Amino acid sequence: MDAVTAPLFRMEGVSKRYGGVRALEEASLRVEAGRIHAVLGENGAGKSTLIKIMAGVVQADQGLMELDGRKVAFPTPKAANGAGIVCIFQELSLIPDLSVADNIAISDPPTRFGLIDGRAQRRLAEEALARAGAEDIHPMAPVKDLPLSRRQMVEIAKALARRPRILILDEATSALTAGDVAKVFAVLKRLRTEGLALLYISHRMHEIDELADECTVFRNGRNVATYKAGTKTGKEVVEMMIGREYSHVFPPKPAGRDRTTSAIEVRNLSWTNRLTDISFRASPGEIVGLGGLDGQGQRDLLLALFGVLKGLSGEILIDGRPAQIRSPRAAKGSRNGMALIPEDRKTEGLMLPMSVRDNLSLAALGTVSRFGVIDQVKEAKAVEEMVSLLAIRTAGTGISVGSLSGGNQQKVVIAKWLMITPRIILLNDPTRGIDVGTKQEIYQLLRRLADNGATILFYSTDYDELIGCCDRVLVMYDGAIIRTLEGADINEHMLISSALNIQTEGEARHA
Amino acid sequence: MRDFRYWFAENRGTLLAILVFVVMFAIYTGNHSAGFSANVITTASNKGVLLALVAMAQTMVVLTAGIDLSVGMIFVLANCLASTIAVGTAFETTLGIIGVLATGIACGALNGVIVIYGRLQPIVTTLATGAVFFGISLWLRSVPGGDTNADLADALTGQLPGGIPTSLVVLLGIVLLVWVPFRRSMLGRAAYAVGSSEPAAYMSGVPIERARLLAYVLSGFLASCGGLMLTFITYSGEASAAIGGTYTLNSIAAVVLGGVSLFGGSGSAIGAIFGAFALRTIGDLLFVFDMEPFWQPLFQGVILLAAVTLGSLRLLRIKNRLDLFG
Repeated sequence: MDAVTAPLFRMEGVSKRYGGVRALEEASLRVEAGRIHAVLGENGAGKSTLIKIMAGVVQADQGLMELDGRKVAFPTPKAANGAGIVCIFQELSLIPDLSVADNIAISDPPTRFGLIDGRAQRRLAEEALARAGAEDIHPMAPVKDLPLSRRQMVEIAKALARRPRILILDEATSALTAGDVAKVFAVLKRLRTEGLALLYISHRMHEIDELADECTVFRNGRNVATYKAGTKTGKEVVEMMIGREYSHVFPPKPAGRDRTTSAIEVRNLSWTNRLTDISFRASPGEIVGLGGLDGQGQRDLLLALFGVLKGLSGEILIDGRPAQIRSPRAAKGSRNGMALIPEDRKTEGLMLPMSVRDNLSLAALGTVSRFGVIDQVKEAKAVEEMVSLLAIRTAGTGISVGSLSGGNQQKVVIAKWLMITPRIILLNDPTRGIDVGTKQEIYQLLRRLADNGATILFYSTDYDELIGCCDRVLVMYDGAIIRTLEGADINEHMLISSALNIQTEGEARHA
Repeated sequence: MRDFRYWFAENRGTLLAILVFVVMFAIYTGNHSAGFSANVITTASNKGVLLALVAMAQTMVVLTAGIDLSVGMIFVLANCLASTIAVGTAFETTLGIIGVLATGIACGALNGVIVIYGRLQPIVTTLATGAVFFGISLWLRSVPGGDTNADLADALTGQLPGGIPTSLVVLLGIVLLVWVPFRRSMLGRAAYAVGSSEPAAYMSGVPIERARLLAYVLSGFLASCGGLMLTFITYSGEASAAIGGTYTLNSIAAVVLGGVSLFGGSGSAIGAIFGAFALRTIGDLLFVFDMEPFWQPLFQGVILLAAVTLGSLRLLRIKNRLDLFG
């Protein structure tokens, strides 16, 4: 690639404000054909706004965009697509009720005599799925029946079907299984050799190390640095992102904790073909991680414990006595004292249009009410305590949760459950898509809760978290616990080799 | 084989509606003194086609995750207008029919423009415009009456050679000319997409505004087709709030019975047509079993509940309680 010629795409001095908040300030970016350009930054650093402007979802207040050296403006996503800029958003853009093929061809279906040509559409969909390395997905399957990781693959196939010149991937791998990530990476590398420009946004540093040619770091709406991939250490990069020294991300683990009493014990738990003969126990003060590849039954296990699943076999003991947990309401009751921080905060964790206060007190209404009437003074006090305890950044407790940033929304979900002072806390990938600063606060909070006697069961797709946070890690594979790691055994090598169910350690991927 | 399974899953609601109707109609004709004869079928068809057209109109809007409370009133307005202008010579009648259909389209377009560009909720908008349309109907026809082109009316409500009801052929023609192209067009696809997830449709660069507008326009068009047929059957026009209201509510019932999701994005007008036929057959069934007609609403309610229950039986198999809310 000749760097002297004009870049494929360039933006200069682009600014965007939402009300009084400036999301992007004098941002510039150069995107070259045949390169993978990583964009890094905390949530709220301006990455999303940047790509939304490129994709025509929002309009810049000022600044210049050029494609092939010509000035361009994208008033709608359609206009950006037309110019060859296609974006795979973190928030999925698939239509749940339509089939996979319908979705892949949604913006420009093949037609005959003005009507959609079903057969041509199917061919197109099959081709696109094959190009994305997802031949296992049936083109007639309705999208709403597919699991999250398959939907993400459809999303990628849909983008490829539009023959983009610039492909933007926003956290596109966050929902993928490790096998899919490998496939997607192979596809992305092939696209690069085909001369596409790729803009890659991810919080996962090792993905960026593997893929990127250039990196641009954003902080507070400005691009603070652009550098060639591999010229900065991970520590330097993170410090550029958060603008302060990066140390003590994970709080120290206490040594030699008493494990004789168990807060929760599970014996031979099975459910349909998704959970097989699960047995483990956890003591107060322990943070137990659930590891393994995505979708090996970790979510199902948490849902089973929380009373969401029907038709379980096996036994669950809380504080040593058998518990029959038939609903989340029973799970959170004082006998069991459980809380589940769900994976999808927007649908299962929060009522987005309702206020911060209403969301926070929802699970704990029983403790702030007398005879069924909510004690507003008591409620307000409890809510204020939580807001300051978790340092939730909000303009007030009366504003809607939907207007907070992703990290702060997640804090609200956690705080909501802390209000019932749970003894057993189940976390389902709580830091997905959250910025480094907030993650750090959450890790410290978890350790504090454990030190105060809570038992924490923590599922994460991020190996670094499991390594940094957990006293023990149960590695799941195909619905069963295949290995329990402890102490120094909790390292990346062991986590990955057990996750892939590789017995001989020499075969592990990141050996 | 898997293809068939997906096809079946997608059309489950429509197939169920067809099944319910066929069973009910078989019982009806089996117990009717005249049996499965051309006259019995023609009478049933004429009555069924009216609600079927209004139900198709309702389907259009429901697919986009809206609801149209004005379809019954557009139906009544078209009836009153047709009894005034679709009369006289063949040429005058033709102009009149075009006028009636254009009025229906204009009513639908008005709903659409208010909902889409005014960003008002469909339920409130159509409640209000429905009242306006009914007001115009009253102004046109303060007392029941009017006229129709008798030759055309007899032709469209009679039988073709072989005893096939003409009204059924008219309905089939409308399905082939309106529904099938809509279902297979890009804007039709877009209308489903909007109903299923408007943000995702927008992000996919789908023409959401044009798709929704088209749905409302077609809704008005289909409702006015129904009004025209009503005129041909009754030879007159009547501004009746009861007819408008009943047709509106029954159209919603027919849509649900036909397997169209009230949340939008899934279902088919074919299902709604058979849902309408099934609802219509209830009255006939009461007749052949010598029951008082006042039982009709009660039975309609029971059948509706039964059909909806049948559709949700699969919920019993759900093992993850969260899926109950999906």
